[in-house]
Amino acid sequence: MSDEPLNRNAPQGALKRALDSDILHSFLRSKVTVVAAVITALYFIGALFAPWIAPHDPFDLAGISILDARVPPVWMDGSDPRFLLGTDDQGRDVFSAILYGSRISLAVGFLSVILAAIVGVLLGLVAGYVGGRTDAVIMRIAEVQLTFPAILIALLIDGAARGLFGNLDREKYVFWILVFSISLSLWVQYARTVRGSTLVEKNKEYVQAARLIGIPPFLIMIRHVLPNVIGPVLVIATINLAIAIVTEATLSFLGVGVPPTQPSLGTLIRIGNDFLFSGEWWIAIFPGVALALLVLAVNLLGDWLRDALNPKLR
Amino acid sequence: MLAFSIRRLFQALLVMIVVALIAFTLFRFVGDPVNQMVGVETTPEQREALRERLGLNDAVIVQFARFILNAAQFDFGTSYQFKQPVAEMIGKRLPATLELSVVSAIFAVLVGIPMGVYTGLNRDSFLSKVFLSASLVGISLPTFFIGILLIFIFSVNLQWLPSFGRGEVVQIGWWSTGLLTWSGIKALVLPAITLGLFQMTLIMRLVRSEMLEVIRTDYIKFARARGLPNRTVNYRHALKNTLVPVITITGLQLGTIIAFAIITETVFQWPGMGLLFLQSVQNVDIPIMAAYLMLIAFLFVLINFVVDLLYFYVDPRLRTERAIK
Repeated sequence: MSDEPLNRNAPQGALKRALDSDILHSFLRSKVTVVAAVITALYFIGALFAPWIAPHDPFDLAGISILDARVPPVWMDGSDPRFLLGTDDQGRDVFSAILYGSRISLAVGFLSVILAAIVGVLLGLVAGYVGGRTDAVIMRIAEVQLTFPAILIALLIDGAARGLFGNLDREKYVFWILVFSISLSLWVQYARTVRGSTLVEKNKEYVQAARLIGIPPFLIMIRHVLPNVIGPVLVIATINLAIAIVTEATLSFLGVGVPPTQPSLGTLIRIGNDFLFSGEWWIAIFPGVALALLVLAVNLLGDWLRDALNPKLR
Repeated sequence: MLAFSIRRLFQALLVMIVVALIAFTLFRFVGDPVNQMVGVETTPEQREALRERLGLNDAVIVQFARFILNAAQFDFGTSYQFKQPVAEMIGKRLPATLELSVVSAIFAVLVGIPMGVYTGLNRDSFLSKVFLSASLVGISLPTFFIGILLIFIFSVNLQWLPSFGRGEVVQIGWWSTGLLTWSGIKALVLPAITLGLFQMTLIMRLVRSEMLEVIRTDYIKFARARGLPNRTVNYRHALKNTLVPVITITGLQLGTIIAFAIITETVFQWPGMGLLFLQSVQNVDIPIMAAYLMLIAFLFVLINFVVDLLYFYVDPRLRTERAIK
């Protein structure tokens, strides 16, 4: 594709340009992607406005009654029209719990992806731009870490945090420990990608020019190199959001994540797992399906974004 | 080739030392080891004596050296919680995890490669599309939820297979195996599928994309022009050339499988190392955590090394290129 606009009569202005862009067209052409985007958007809305949308507040002890415990979903015998997807062993509405759970899952996912991206992009920029020994050290650390699966690193950090804070204090910080341990297991990919593109960019003329007029290296990295290497980061971030959500759910399922008082989707599945054999399958299966649907939608969006932003495939 | 192996060996050693440093830091600085070992009624003098006996008053670098020396002899100290030697505890659980991991890896390869070949050769067939969509769903389902679904279908509803434990095991020397009894094999089915499913989809997608590239090359067209039977072209000529990346990924994934066994073992209450490690994280049993970390790192490094050497074996071009240089 050349630098000239394809259509000289193309509408001007940022909004109009966006409406006429290749990306939007490729987005609308792929029906699966549109569906995935709609599902993802619904999750975001559901999570953001959970307190207003949810028919019940699952954490309001006054609002739940043990008499409503283990009610099956509405289409089964012995159900209660108040509870669309049934209730768990303490009488909490499963549908409401899923809404509140998505809230925590998405919050942990987003925060860890953002933190990982910031750390990874900065380290990648520095490694690529400064080079030499700094580069070698950062990349060795990245390589060693890359050999370990995210889940193991997250578990180790969590274990260490328990040792440092003690189990009781941990409950207070658990949200941030989760974010920290997940992001620490994800930063490598950003660093490697950004370093690669920085190595290419730093020899280009605009960077040399910036250096000649005496702009300090840090400013060159942030203002000049960064905007040119940030593209792929977006793709990694989308795919990583799915990974982060799964990691959080897994940690919560393993019992080292968020506590049952503020359950995420993973915690809900963990709680429901105990009732699988006594016949109350909906307590575990619905949150699980909700989690899988969310991850699938985000994955599909990531796949599409990767193809759409890849100039080789145009 | 020798120089290459030696260089890789050095890298491997470096990784091990870094991991040892992390494990040591965990052990030494997260919580006080003495506090973990003694009861509340222990006097300060007794604590100090224990501290001296454990060598915790020595210089940190001396302690680190001692830690590495002990680790090299498989001595990782005593579990805080169980008061047993850590190496012995892990050794007892090693066979369960290794059997599970190896069986799932075999499952992933044996199912993933033929599916990949099929979808690569018959791009547009209905079955290919089913396989591909299924693989996307498979990648999106978290491992633990796959396990729960399988338990729900095959243990709770159909009652075909057990949902927890290893079944009957047979002791052969220090190795306990579940592969020799019927109940052991039945108990292995669901965990192995759960653990291998992700790898299977990965291998399938990889083989598929490699096949798509290879069948477009000239030598495959020539082979077909020569009138070789399809089976020979597809499997002897095409598949063979897709195997280098497949070996890399499968090899590297074997490490991931062992680590992911933590999740599968928890879902199925499989008495392996992963379950032990998870319990140690929950109970802040640092010696077990440190030992497990070292063991996993060692397995990873070992697998990477073997995979690198396998390249030379599988791809003759690598050998000649080096020889020319």
